[in-house]
Amino acid sequence: MIPVECYFVLSALLFFIGVYGFVTRRNLIAMLISVELVLNAVDINFAAINRLLYPNGNEGMFMTLFVIGVAAAESAVAIAIIINVYRQFKSDSVDAIQNMKR
Amino acid sequence: MEYSYSIFILLLPLFSFIILGLAGMKMSHKLAGYIGTCSLGIVTILSYLCAFQYFGADRVNDIYPTIVPYNFTWLPLGSLHFDLGILLDPISVVMLIVISTVSLMVHIYSFGYMHGEKGFQRYYAFLSLFTMSMLGLVLATNIFQMYMFWELVGVSSYLLIGFYYPLKPAIAASKKAFIVTRFADMFFLIGILMFGYFTHSFSFNFAGHGAEVIMGEGTTPFIMADYGRAITAGAMIIPTALTLMFIGGAGKSAMFPLHIWLPDAMEGPTPVSALIHAATMVVAGVFQIARMFPLWMAFAPHTLSIVVWVGVFTAFYAAAVACAQSDIKRVLAFSTISQIAFMMVALGVSMPGHEGLYDDHTQLGYMAGMFHLFTHAMFKACLFLGAGCIIHAVHSNEMALMGGLRKYMPVTHITFLISCLAIAGIPFFSGFSSKDEIITACFQYSPVVGWIMTGIAAMTAFYMFRLYYGIFWGTENKEALAHHTPHEAPLSMTIPLIVLCVITVGVGIYSTLGGFLGWEGSFGSFVSASGKDYIIHFDTQIALTSTVIAILSICLATYIYKGESQPIADRLYKTFPKLHRAAYKRFYQDEIWQYVTHRIIFRCVSTPIAWFDRHVVDGTFNFMAWGANEAGESIRPWQSGDVRQYAVWFLTGTVALTLILLCI
Repeated sequence: MIPVECYFVLSALLFFIGVYGFVTRRNLIAMLISVELVLNAVDINFAAINRLLYPNGNEGMFMTLFVIGVAAAESAVAIAIIINVYRQFKSDSVDAIQNMKR
Repeated sequence: MEYSYSIFILLLPLFSFIILGLAGMKMSHKLAGYIGTCSLGIVTILSYLCAFQYFGADRVNDIYPTIVPYNFTWLPLGSLHFDLGILLDPISVVMLIVISTVSLMVHIYSFGYMHGEKGFQRYYAFLSLFTMSMLGLVLATNIFQMYMFWELVGVSSYLLIGFYYPLKPAIAASKKAFIVTRFADMFFLIGILMFGYFTHSFSFNFAGHGAEVIMGEGTTPFIMADYGRAITAGAMIIPTALTLMFIGGAGKSAMFPLHIWLPDAMEGPTPVSALIHAATMVVAGVFQIARMFPLWMAFAPHTLSIVVWVGVFTAFYAAAVACAQSDIKRVLAFSTISQIAFMMVALGVSMPGHEGLYDDHTQLGYMAGMFHLFTHAMFKACLFLGAGCIIHAVHSNEMALMGGLRKYMPVTHITFLISCLAIAGIPFFSGFSSKDEIITACFQYSPVVGWIMTGIAAMTAFYMFRLYYGIFWGTENKEALAHHTPHEAPLSMTIPLIVLCVITVGVGIYSTLGGFLGWEGSFGSFVSASGKDYIIHFDTQIALTSTVIAILSICLATYIYKGESQPIADRLYKTFPKLHRAAYKRFYQDEIWQYVTHRIIFRCVSTPIAWFDRHVVDGTFNFMAWGANEAGESIRPWQSGDVRQYAVWFLTGTVALTLILLCI
């Protein structure tokens, strides 16, 4: 049996890798992947804590599935936006769309 | 519902105002006039129908019941609520008749008088607006609705006085009228709010919970809890509130010293003066006191003496000024002020009898005031419309340019003479019965007031016949008549004169005979303070005295003013030049107001307040705006547009918050 701490360590690692990637990468696709990593870290936490605290319950699992569903929709929307950004600016770098604030 | 058509009395003029106001400029003059007049004609028919139905119905417990065909809550505010509705009781039904009759006559008359005038459609639109507001005022179910329509008539009066807006005096007069009446209305509003706060009701249904709260006679817990407040209200608040409301009424009804706007209001078209500034709007103050009469009787009978003395002084002052004016409309304006003061006095002298019951004395004053309102509206409208015909023919308001017009304008001459006889108080003309009742009521109140009012009635007869002889007799002004000979007015202008005259004579004959013989079914059967049938019975002694005095002063006026030249009048001017000048200048009332407002109020009060507003109040807000702007400018660079930078800040913030929460 794998001790529960391992799940938490894995989830924390995934989370910070995601955050690090989001902050350092300039490529929009890479940033999107980083966000997905953060979401996956949350999923692992949900599943592990559900098993740890309420072994007979399934709410955490359902929530995980729900997050996966939402993440799929979200990445579809995000990729659609990125494609449009690319068509508009001929670039997939986040710096290219900085002037959107004006 | 029985009186469901009464809503159209208000809606029809409103619709015609909206139609004429929005689309009037696209219409021909004739069409606009027909729309206004036809809607008013239907309103008049409905009003008469309403009156016949109301007074034809049976009395309940000897009084005509108060009927409320419509009433809905417009703004609920806790226990207080503002209602809108229609209330029919004897005085409002009588006012319906007065307003719709005079208004219809003025609508017809204006076809001739305003013919070809620029803004003809606008004129009819405003007339409709005025009629709607005035009808709403008299039909109001509560004092707040009355106040709303009260302001609306003020606005329509403002618009109509300033009808000839390219002319400077018209603009000045309209502003003056609006500001003076608004100033008085402020007191009215304070009175209403005090009244509403302490009685928990704005309703005119004084027998309802409102009055019970004040009297504390009921037994419900709510009333007992408010017992202390009720005692205060009965002793102090109601008289104060009523006095404040009277100040508002005094502004509208041109009582001294708030009368200054009415003579200037004559700058408006003459039919407007007849409708608004003689027959209907200016009697709103009288109507208001009549409306609140049960409260005056129950809580403030002695405060009514304020009304009496203000009325007596105004009547005297206005009559004195009217004797020296040379502009015919000004003479009529001051005579209106004087006659309204008569009505005020009549209401003021009705004191309750023993134990607050309504005895004959109470009945007499109230009935006489309302009766005079009715008769005065008819003959004064006739006088003003007649004056309009004369101005139409001579193209001037100045009496000096007139004289000898009786040959040229027979119809105007006869109707003017009949109305003059009515206002002078000659038997068999309507003014006699109503004025005689007022004087009788005054004698019952106090002989001093009685004699003063008799004297003022004599002055009335004198100045009215001075006016009459100045216009229709005396020398013709050859210079003024050289360009064109005056001619009788067209039919559309003479018919209203004849109709109003017929009413004056008909009512006069009926009420004079009825008064001497004690007939039932006279005016007192319809309108009286308690609502019970009151049979008018003249006091022969007083009737005889006032008739003799009226005839004497007419003879005096004839002696002085009828001849080709007027040696006595000229000698009087030379003997008392200062007095004549002061009376001509209206005893310098306008100058006094000018001094008080400009030199004292504007300089010592308004200027410092304006400085405070500009520098302190505006400064505070400008500082706040400047501060917000500066703060915004200083944090603007934080929004860089770099999404990763935001993420770092967000993460740092989250971590910091988490740490803080953990430490706590």
